[in-house]
Amino acid sequence: MPKDSGIGASSKRREDVRFLTGAGNYTDDINVHGQAYVHFLRSDIAHGRIKSIDTSAAEGMPGVVKVFTGKDFEGVGGMPCGWEVTDKHGAPMQEPPHPILAQGKVRHVGDPIAAVVADSLEQARDAAEAIDLDIEELPAVMNMKAAAQDGSTLVHDDLKNNICYDWQLGETDDAKVDEVFANAAHVTTLDLVNNRLVANPMEPRVAVGEYKRGTDEYTLFTTSQNPHVIRLLMCAFVLGLPEHKVRVVAPDVGGGFGTKIFHYAEEAFCTFAAKACNRPVKWTSSRSEAFMSDAHGRDHVSKIELALDADNNFIGLRTNTYANLGAYLSTFSSSVPTWLHGTLMAGNYKTPVIQVNVKAMFTNTVPVDAYRGAGRPEATYQLERVVDKAARELGVDPIALRRQNFVTQFPYDTPVALTYDTGDYNGTMDKLEAAADLAGFAARRAKSEANGKLRGLGINCYIEACGIAPSNIVGMLGARAGLYDAATVRVNATGSISVMVGAHSHGQGHETAFPQVVADMIGIDESMVEIVHGDTSKIPFGMGTYGSRSLAVCGSAMVKATEKVIEKAKKIAAHLLEASEADIELKDGQFSVAGTDKSVAWGDVTLTAYVPHNYPLEVEPGLEETAFYDPANFTFPAGAYACEVEVDPETGQVTIEAFTAADDFGNIINPMIVDGQVHGGIGQGIGQALLENCAYDENGQLLSASFMDYAMPRADDLPFYEVDHSSQTPCTHNPLGVKGCGEAGAIGSPPAVVNAVIDALNSGGKAVDHIDMPVSPSRVWAAMNS
Amino acid sequence: MYSFEFEKPSTIADAVAALGAEDAQALGGGQTLIPTLKQRLAAPTTLVSLSSIPEMQGVCVEDDGSLAIGGATTHATVAAETADKYAALSDLAGHIGDPAVRNRGTIGGSLANNDPAACYPAAALGSGATIITNNRSVSADDFFQGMFTTALDEGEIITTVHFPIPQAASYQKFLQPASRFALVGVFLARFADGVRVAVTGASEDGVFRWSEAEEALNKEFRPDALMDLKINPMNMIGDLHGSKEYRAHLVGVMTKRAVEACI
Repeated sequence: MPKDSGIGASSKRREDVRFLTGAGNYTDDINVHGQAYVHFLRSDIAHGRIKSIDTSAAEGMPGVVKVFTGKDFEGVGGMPCGWEVTDKHGAPMQEPPHPILAQGKVRHVGDPIAAVVADSLEQARDAAEAIDLDIEELPAVMNMKAAAQDGSTLVHDDLKNNICYDWQLGETDDAKVDEVFANAAHVTTLDLVNNRLVANPMEPRVAVGEYKRGTDEYTLFTTSQNPHVIRLLMCAFVLGLPEHKVRVVAPDVGGGFGTKIFHYAEEAFCTFAAKACNRPVKWTSSRSEAFMSDAHGRDHVSKIELALDADNNFIGLRTNTYANLGAYLSTFSSSVPTWLHGTLMAGNYKTPVIQVNVKAMFTNTVPVDAYRGAGRPEATYQLERVVDKAARELGVDPIALRRQNFVTQFPYDTPVALTYDTGDYNGTMDKLEAAADLAGFAARRAKSEANGKLRGLGINCYIEACGIAPSNIVGMLGARAGLYDAATVRVNATGSISVMVGAHSHGQGHETAFPQVVADMIGIDESMVEIVHGDTSKIPFGMGTYGSRSLAVCGSAMVKATEKVIEKAKKIAAHLLEASEADIELKDGQFSVAGTDKSVAWGDVTLTAYVPHNYPLEVEPGLEETAFYDPANFTFPAGAYACEVEVDPETGQVTIEAFTAADDFGNIINPMIVDGQVHGGIGQGIGQALLENCAYDENGQLLSASFMDYAMPRADDLPFYEVDHSSQTPCTHNPLGVKGCGEAGAIGSPPAVVNAVIDALNSGGKAVDHIDMPVSPSRVWAAMNS
Repeated sequence: MYSFEFEKPSTIADAVAALGAEDAQALGGGQTLIPTLKQRLAAPTTLVSLSSIPEMQGVCVEDDGSLAIGGATTHATVAAETADKYAALSDLAGHIGDPAVRNRGTIGGSLANNDPAACYPAAALGSGATIITNNRSVSADDFFQGMFTTALDEGEIITTVHFPIPQAASYQKFLQPASRFALVGVFLARFADGVRVAVTGASEDGVFRWSEAEEALNKEFRPDALMDLKINPMNMIGDLHGSKEYRAHLVGVMTKRAVEACI
């Protein structure tokens, strides 16, 4: 029986009322009295040495407040990287400076060279055109394998080469891995590309910097997923400001998908320039700027090899990946191809020997960092494509091959550093087979063929590691931040509750789901609980939202804080009821004495906490508690997906006919929101698989620099989804038993789509074993006719 | 965008006069020009809007049954008003861009721009339309002169486009997945005196007639008539979305599908 409120209820998303009626408050809606506007002059070449920048003409243009170049930032730090990866020889990664405005060289199309602050944006643009640049163009470093060779042009002249790190995880003994492959009954090998993506949230990035001379205080309004992290990085590493003098506000944020995690140069610039100009400074990214300045995602080139024994058991796995980091290290870029990617290569399988090798490369492209899934989609894509190819080569059923190799005993220590606490991969696959009506596929294929179309079925399994933690372990792995979160539960005198959370909601529905938990624990109406987030002056120090961590980590802190509140409230209730605290029970918002009909309402207790006349002397007045929560382990959502496609054999056009997702997210707070998260994730995954492609030419010019050439998925590209979340193995180490659901769809869907296309082509007699994403009509046609 | 003067004349004569100013630029629905201006890729001194000239608006049926469409008529109006008169043209107009584009963009603006992937040039050339300007008539065969190039002189305005109605016609568009312009679009029209096949999206020279296909279909109006025909990929567009060879292949497929739709 579905619940109508509290944990497990599909409560309607309360925040959507303001989003859908134009009453949201986005950063671009914020205008500060007296603000000026900044326009960034960005490099139109990929690589060049700056010989001179003459801003004198620009400075004299109408409305110009001040023109900045890299020289103005020589006294401050650069953009920091939050994760130091150690390479396979024990050396730290190469970490080049990342200036706010270019110093010495430009390193990608879009690299900011100068910034003009003026009374109006048009005046700033006019003046930027009057800046005289002398830049000597250098060869662009674009191909990762070539960039790794000795003698390649260097992106950063002070580094020894273009390799940020050469990293390894799993089996370190090459000879042992070689031996496994030498003794294998079958080896399947696949070369593949995980295509570079642009996140393209509907709301482009915006920053408004404000400085109050009277109090020496700064405010930065910004489109961020984690305002406290931005404040910490900007104060401690970039501008050298005292944290308590800086407030960072991330109000309503129109989609992040990872790309708004990072601390960007424009944020530091607006904060710095607000003081330098003694005026608020606003920057609103155009869509064109977003394409060349928002961190991109993915961009791996991999070779994966799977060794099987004579009984089709997986006995070894080896990967060699080149990961593109772009021109500079974005905030968490170094962690994505390593600890968020290599650790996932075991997937759902008990492969005993795994070796992951990753060379992370500097190139003359926009920096690459986390994008929905962040490393986990890259791992899943490789693994699930090679498993599918192995099944085809061996002539065995792809589901049976997967089932045969599933991890079935938990906890399970993988050869790549993780411990899966729980899961039921066979059970989840059972749910998929039923929900997707796989038994009826043959009939559907026959019907498609009668219409002249090829029909394919693609299966995919995924494991995900969410709520990255605990802090002491990630610290040993190179993280320069903790990965806990925090919540303050503030009960008001009349019983309503404000919960200040470190997580940030930018589409995930926290404002609805989080109150469901608190209200359920106390037994009051959800409408009495409200979430406060996105303002460092209001919320405790939390790490924000990414990596499907909000409920598992911040939600756990919220539960802990609520438990503290209830514990204290019980003391007050015991006093009011003249009973022992141990006998007090809380149910449906009533405190009662066990075994009696004596009770007092939640609201009476909260009022007493703030009007403590009849009150226990040993208890402090007030009812407000904070908890920090550092998880003991990752959480491990897992799932099985099925995609059915039709391929038009004449044109290569692929259409998605059916898509079914069976996910195990552990316990679920709001099934409707979880469905929505999965739908969105699958949409982005299908976008990557069929449409999206961030492409550069050999000179480093961005070919897909607008929506005219970068294909975003539209509604009519996507099917209606079947989603089944009834397979539930609760997380064993957080109080809610939740695992996280934000990225699963984007992780699980690309291999399912590509596997389906390959299946369709083979069913039509085309012996195609791989097509790189996006599987565009042109590429399908070329593969069919090669 | 840069600053410019804005004129909104109500007669063709006034528009022509306003366009006589140095670096003046005609503005149709602005669906190409406005984004270009916003990118600061053009800097006209004066924009002359053609959207308030009554004599350039709407769809009329001439005595011979042909259609006269005002140059400033929006795609949405063409789609609505030609539905029962020239279904293939209505279908084409009704699938350009999105509703916002269709309610601003105009037939004259599209033809004058002659984007190599636009739909209307295929309709005009495939139908053997006549482009009527403020001072002359130009046949579609003479009008399109290569990518973004037409027979229009400086300051010349498309006032009306004249479409004869074929016995059967079909527009087959294969979408470029990002822009949803035509990766390849084929407009095929069958008249009593022969078949015309116009191809957009494919060629580096812009819209063109596929004369071999026309000859084959004039002999035998069946899909199979095209079976042995191949377009030379040499002059096709090759880009991120499709190679030259792929576009050449699609021309054949789309033409065949247009024939099938006409039978």
